[in-house]
Amino acid sequence: MAEIPTPYTAGKPALKESVEELRARIPGWGVDLDPADRPSFPREQPGIETGAHWDFPERQQEDWPRERSIEHAFLTPVFGTSTPPKGTSGAIRKYAYKYSEGRAAHWLLLIAADRVDAWEHHLRSLATLRPDNPVTETGVLSEFSRRGLGSRFGKKRADVNHQWIDPLLVGGPWVLAGLGGVAAVRALRRAAVGRK
Amino acid sequence: MRAMVYRGPYKIRVEEKDIPKIEHPNDAIVRVTTGAICGSDLHLYHGMMPDTRVGMTFGHEFVGVVHEVGSSVQNLVPGDRVMVPFNVYCGSCYFCSRGLFSNCHNVNPNATAVGGIYGYSHTCGGYDGGQAEFVRVPFADVGPAKIPDWMDEEDAVLLTDALPTGYFGAQLGDIVQGDTVVVFGAGPVGLFAAKSAWLMGAGRVIVIDHLEYRLEKARTFAHAETYNFVEYDDIVVHLKKATDYLGADVVIDAVGAEADGNFLQHVTAAKLKLQGGSPVALNWAIDAVRKGGTVSVVGAYGPIFSAVKFGDAVNKGLTLRMNQCPVKRQWPRLFEHIRNGYLKPSDIVTHRVPLEHIAEGYHIFSAKLDDCIKPLIVSTPA
Repeated sequence: MAEIPTPYTAGKPALKESVEELRARIPGWGVDLDPADRPSFPREQPGIETGAHWDFPERQQEDWPRERSIEHAFLTPVFGTSTPPKGTSGAIRKYAYKYSEGRAAHWLLLIAADRVDAWEHHLRSLATLRPDNPVTETGVLSEFSRRGLGSRFGKKRADVNHQWIDPLLVGGPWVLAGLGGVAAVRALRRAAVGRK
Repeated sequence: MRAMVYRGPYKIRVEEKDIPKIEHPNDAIVRVTTGAICGSDLHLYHGMMPDTRVGMTFGHEFVGVVHEVGSSVQNLVPGDRVMVPFNVYCGSCYFCSRGLFSNCHNVNPNATAVGGIYGYSHTCGGYDGGQAEFVRVPFADVGPAKIPDWMDEEDAVLLTDALPTGYFGAQLGDIVQGDTVVVFGAGPVGLFAAKSAWLMGAGRVIVIDHLEYRLEKARTFAHAETYNFVEYDDIVVHLKKATDYLGADVVIDAVGAEADGNFLQHVTAAKLKLQGGSPVALNWAIDAVRKGGTVSVVGAYGPIFSAVKFGDAVNKGLTLRMNQCPVKRQWPRLFEHIRNGYLKPSDIVTHRVPLEHIAEGYHIFSAKLDDCIKPLIVSTPA
């Protein structure tokens, strides 16, 4: 009868390599062997030295009504000021913060706001001296300088089966918007001809 | 100053921005000398993280020189070379005072479920990050530390997230001597997790990925046994066979939200944003670990629901452990390991990209071109 695999009997499988072999092969093998002598043990270490010299931090000035989770008792004393909410996306974000983090509506509205935000900025950029440039901003030219084809094909990569979607995600909305624009111009022309 | 700026999914550019100001008495402004692109930055870049706003500067892995300090800063002065953990944290709230620095309650008004992270959307506090010439560093007496004279700048930047996160992932596995440890993902965090598992006495370390060049690195850098999941009809069955049908004692998910291996899971998460993350690696971890084993999760997932096989985790009696890494808790031990030659973090760096070319850097890293494992952002062309 063939040997019975490990889990069907009580024994533990033997190590493939002895401790001596492991020590010889792996630099530092076992230097953190004791689970109780590792930096994050125990998980909670009351009284740990942090460098804080306050019980509660001084409050940072709030220059605009800062959106916050309704699961917080108040605005946290310190916060980021990277990009205040603006425009339609900003209104959606502010509305999203009426829902707690436990509600799908909160996150789905924020994701929707992110998409609207990108479009707002793309369209606004068209009226500036530096419109969005999908070629330079996607870094896609590195496909030529960094072996785009050679890195992907004949390599048994699992991600090649969906990477074709990326250009559609980036360029698709622009193509649709362009087609929409052409259709709108044609409709206006037709309407103008009809009036004559 | 020049800074990387997000322009929408898959699009970034470098813009002129104001140098950040002191906004709180314990702030410092740091002039960034070296930064990095983290695998988790790609989730932002791909538009997966809710409340990622156009105009934000990413970057939570950086080191630099103190440029200015606020009135209450005691431990740093302008000119100090500092390394800054990716966690923004106060050091005094309920969680920080117990060592849970990544779970700080005083720095992120946008969410209670996650602490503050530099350059990581408003869901993580709305702080601009370090892929710029300057960055605001809150709680300068708590987070940053002076870079030891003997430490290499590139090792220091990898100590701000990737190495401590990998090492922390191995700790979460509660590895005991002789354990079989499987690591899903041979990116920077997975490589460091595999290397750390040996330090904790693993008897066997197996790394799984689909990128051959990364598996090669796992063999040479992390001394691991490797399998490319593309070569197997079912990687879970293969791992069961490889462990005499027992399963691994510990499995570490170092992949997170954009896992490959299941088209539907990947597309619904990474492309359509209908899941917080593609839980392929996590589900494989749950299935490949032995009953009563431990799954450690250090891969990053978004806050929305994901299709996780929770029933198997319950029925197998698993211990699931996870968190963002409290970086500074790991530093003293990791400094020792680097000094003793057990770890050389910068060995995984493959690309050094000037800030002006950061759009190419993101694309190379995202599309896995040119055998990219870890790209650094350098202040001068390399």
